[in-house]
Amino acid sequence: MSELRDLYQEVILDHYRRPRNFGKSPLCNRQANGHNPLCGDKLTIYLLVKDGTVEEVTFDGAGCAISVASASLMTEMLKGLSVADARALFERFQGAMTGSGDGVDSLEDLDKLAVLSGVREFPVRVKCATLAWHTFRAALDDSDDTVVTE
Amino acid sequence: MNEQVQAVQTAPAKPETAPLDAARARRDFPIFSRRVHDRPLVFLDSAASAQKPGAVIDAVRHCYEAEYANVHRGVYWLSERATEAFEGVRKTVAGFINAADEREIVFVRGTTEAINLIAHSFGRYSLAPGDEIVISAMEHHSNIVPWQILRDEIGVKLIIAPINDDGELMMEAFAELLGPRTKLVAITHVSNALGSIVDVGEIVRLAHEAGARVLIDGAQAVPHLGVDVRELDCDFYAFSGHKLYGPSAIGVLYAKAELLESMPPYQSGGDMILSVSFDKTEYNAIPYKFEAGTPNIAGTIGLGAAIDYVGALGLPAIAAHEQDLLDYATARLKEIDGLRLIGTARDKASVVSFTLADVHAHDIGTVLDRQGIAVRTGHHCALPVMERFGVPATVRASFGLYNTRDDVDALIGGLAKVREIFG
Repeated sequence: MSELRDLYQEVILDHYRRPRNFGKSPLCNRQANGHNPLCGDKLTIYLLVKDGTVEEVTFDGAGCAISVASASLMTEMLKGLSVADARALFERFQGAMTGSGDGVDSLEDLDKLAVLSGVREFPVRVKCATLAWHTFRAALDDSDDTVVTE
Repeated sequence: MNEQVQAVQTAPAKPETAPLDAARARRDFPIFSRRVHDRPLVFLDSAASAQKPGAVIDAVRHCYEAEYANVHRGVYWLSERATEAFEGVRKTVAGFINAADEREIVFVRGTTEAINLIAHSFGRYSLAPGDEIVISAMEHHSNIVPWQILRDEIGVKLIIAPINDDGELMMEAFAELLGPRTKLVAITHVSNALGSIVDVGEIVRLAHEAGARVLIDGAQAVPHLGVDVRELDCDFYAFSGHKLYGPSAIGVLYAKAELLESMPPYQSGGDMILSVSFDKTEYNAIPYKFEAGTPNIAGTIGLGAAIDYVGALGLPAIAAHEQDLLDYATARLKEIDGLRLIGTARDKASVVSFTLADVHAHDIGTVLDRQGIAVRTGHHCALPVMERFGVPATVRASFGLYNTRDDVDALIGGLAKVREIFG
């Protein structure tokens, strides 16, 4: 049962209940939609990208604790990064979460994203954690297609 | 409901009053000897697919080990034996739903294929632009999408009969939707997401008065209610084997013989023909006209064993047991703060769908799973129902003949753990 405690850490529940950077940013110039059909999570990520920098990241939508907390944490991490650094962070997070990539990173190295490490014990929930990140990348690319995890 | 329960006696030797010994029946199901996350398995997802008794597993094994050959083809002993067993199940199914004639039993992959068969064959053949198909607001996607495709292809209209806040079909509103252009009513017997039992006898009566045919999606009904297609007088009735404790990928379409006679084939190939030349093909008689290709032989044998198994326990006894579980579960769930039941119809099958405070269904499902409790979470392939109740997803616990009050207690305990984690 301790894996449940690791999954639903206080920080996760806090971000679920009080998501940061929630709501559509009036300044945004890019956005994308993400959908996880398995549990019905639906998120929209809003970006203000200016001069090669992610100046603003916000989101709205509804989903499970893992998807909402992950989106909330992501907005905090990405704000102010260069587009190149933001993409690199996406790759590192994705790699650490799914065990793919070069294996150099573990979630523990990714600052506050470490609280999501418990998700790896629940393989069907990994998609919940990565939904916001895939949607963020689609927003960077200004893709009109809804990101679907399945 | 009682009328229907009494209408079919699949187990003539069993008096109706013999109650079901669920704890004993549970031992017929080998899966319950396994543990999940080092806990005893508490399986509350029979509405998605039921577990299989040893009798079904043995029948499938016996088919492959002792009686397997292709059916309807060989002159040799083994093929004759396989054909006899296969066709014997058609008789069993006809008896199970009280069809007048075993030629009215078409074997399909499941309810979904049965509905697709009707849409493709009956729908394309006898519906015209402007004709109306009435469905309800609580249909499974499998009884929505085929009609939407037909709508887009041939221009029929799709009309939705409303449900009330308890998840009951609004019969008067339904009656008002029927008119001279109504050609088909396609409706669920029991809602998979809500458990509501629809008075399909009344639906058939009203629809026939309006001159419309009726297709009933019986996927959720057949494991719980005795179904008598002649008493219902429905034109089509569809169900799946796997929810009835039988194998997956085998199901049944019942259709009145004269309708099957008039309908063109759905799929074509071997077994559905009498003669083929490059000029002309003569179709086989019903039901074979609708059974192209080598069928699911072992699955059919397993379905027969499942019907025999359920019949021996007695559907009335199973229904009474499940009603007790439903009442008990409903009462205990209502004690939980912040729990909202979705689907509170007066007539319900043993399904409880709910939300719990601000905890997402998927999170509840994960916490329950770690305690060995299997429930369905999500939209249950019924997104319009979720929209009707303004929820993105629900947790659904459904009970089969092998569940006991201990399983309900385990669920209640599991939900306490959810509250503990989520505060």
